[in-house]
Amino acid sequence: MYSPSQDLRIADRVFHSRLLLGTGKFASNHVMAAALEASGTEIVTAALRRADLSGNKDPYANILEFIDPKRYLLLANTSGAMNAEEAVRLARLAASAGLPKWIKLEIHPNPHHLLPDPIETFRAAEILVREGFTVLPYINADPVLAKRLEEVGTATVMPLGAPIGSNQGLRTKDQIRIIIEQAQVPVVVDAGLGAPSQAAEAMEMGADAVLVNTAIAVANDPVTMATAFRQGVEAGRLAFESGLPAQALEAEATSPLTAYFRQTA
Amino acid sequence: MRNPLPDCSRVRPGYGDAGNPFAYMTFAERFRDPNRTLSASARSFQRLLEPLPDPGLEALARRAAAITRKHFGRTMRLFAPLYLSNECINNCAYCGFSRDNPILRVTLTVEQVLAEARYLADLGIRNLLLVSGEHPKYVSNGYLASVVAAVREVIPAVSLEVAPMEVEDYRPLVANGAEGLVVYQETYDRAVYQEMHTSGPKRNFDWRLECPERAFAAGFRRLGIGVLFGLGDWRTEAMHLFEHVEFLLRKCWRAQITVSLPRLRPAAGGFHPRTAFSERELVQLVCALRVMLPQVGLVLSTREPGPLRDVLMPLGITMMSAGSCTAPGGYTGQGCESLHLTIRGRAAAATVAHGKAEAQFAIDDDRSPEEVAAALTRLGLEPVWKDWDPALTLANA
Repeated sequence: MYSPSQDLRIADRVFHSRLLLGTGKFASNHVMAAALEASGTEIVTAALRRADLSGNKDPYANILEFIDPKRYLLLANTSGAMNAEEAVRLARLAASAGLPKWIKLEIHPNPHHLLPDPIETFRAAEILVREGFTVLPYINADPVLAKRLEEVGTATVMPLGAPIGSNQGLRTKDQIRIIIEQAQVPVVVDAGLGAPSQAAEAMEMGADAVLVNTAIAVANDPVTMATAFRQGVEAGRLAFESGLPAQALEAEATSPLTAYFRQTA
Repeated sequence: MRNPLPDCSRVRPGYGDAGNPFAYMTFAERFRDPNRTLSASARSFQRLLEPLPDPGLEALARRAAAITRKHFGRTMRLFAPLYLSNECINNCAYCGFSRDNPILRVTLTVEQVLAEARYLADLGIRNLLLVSGEHPKYVSNGYLASVVAAVREVIPAVSLEVAPMEVEDYRPLVANGAEGLVVYQETYDRAVYQEMHTSGPKRNFDWRLECPERAFAAGFRRLGIGVLFGLGDWRTEAMHLFEHVEFLLRKCWRAQITVSLPRLRPAAGGFHPRTAFSERELVQLVCALRVMLPQVGLVLSTREPGPLRDVLMPLGITMMSAGSCTAPGGYTGQGCESLHLTIRGRAAAATVAHGKAEAQFAIDDDRSPEEVAAALTRLGLEPVWKDWDPALTLANA
């Protein structure tokens, strides 16, 4: 069986899997752990607000105990933060609790749609990069913001395909295409991917990785769905690496022109 | 002359209550406007409230459950109320704490509140709703601020359900770590409201109606509103509640809006519901709200019976109380040495030697938090205890 030939490199780390997983919304931590395993993921994100950061091993906030640090890079996220100050504070707290200094920077002031605040995300990224964090910012699919964050020194950019939990797929495809075209750091499509086919589509476009949570967590069988996403991501990556035929849009334009030449010949 | 650059620091963090002069009036102003029109969503919501045959209700419930899973996953947030005081200067016909009810009253000291909070924390509770009657002398703003600061040491998420305040009075509570504010309008029918609230500051309908907006201006991140069903016509109340949510979603866009749908329960004073609102209608309302407001939190308390709560768990509810007691000191017997009887608002005698403080209303689902969590697990839902860390807002957390 073929497997993608190129590994994913983020900051100073190399990963074989291009599927990142979120840990929210699962029916139980045990199901979540089984889905992580089936997905083949190597990078797992968890909300710091749901974890016990006091070091007291709170049995009622034990989500991190289900994410084996030997197998997965724990990518703590700042979900719940409404502004840069709050996100920075959470990141520092995670670092001082002994978690890896990798942060998925998420700042969404509107709790209903969870859309990222570009201004606060930019401000927080500046501070966290300066403090030595490896920063993976969750952003709207804004190509200019992506470049600005790259210039600040973030390790990736993570544009959304559609609002979190919407399962709508790549609604922001045109902007993501530009982001991929311009990026000098890995592009991870985050949020909105509702089916393995949509993950494959993002990978075919040249996204370096995708992050999936809701579609796996709320599936009737999350473990099998995690396998399906793993295969979708691998298929999409293989297709990208092997060179897809030209897009239909480009192929159509020639006929009226040649017809003209035939008429005038 | 060139315009000076805008001072962005003034705008952040965005809780400005003055806001855009072209944008919003208060909900009270809008609600008074007889020419206001219903939004398209509100009209759809109205149709979903019409009587439904069984297959229609089943279909609505399936839609609601699917939408809930999509937006909230297979999870349920748990919380418990902690009553601080049953002193009250209002007379509300339906409430056990009404001023004129001859009941045993107490206001817990900060230490006593902390003992209750520790007890709940040991049961797994990581999200607490502090509840109190309205009494400026016993339940002062300074008292509330001290209570919040103390409780936050043992419980990460603290919300308040207390008498409406000014924006400036809310700020110290937010600064001390309170993240949510709950205030039910009780009824959106002004005439019924006046009839139910016969004396005390609560008589001011608009002051209460604008309370969530003041709380937002002060920086609260979760705003809970609700109707007390049994006072007015349930469909009319639900429509007004829907309009209120729609308004808050626009104006208080940074806040998580939650909606509660409490039905009247037996309480001291012996008030009986004036209007009917059946279990079936409650289920329909929960589902209709979920379908039309997919991301809004829906809260269900222990005032409903366990079997009905189990039916509602997967259908749209996102937050449930568990193991609740609705009397101050009810969990651990705190404050029982300083109880006093009041008659028509006046302390009738010196301290009563024994007894229990009166509860606000009788609960129905008396299962422990652990038992409610087990019921959720059986339904394939994960009980979420901790969903908030004080480090988000408090520099010294």
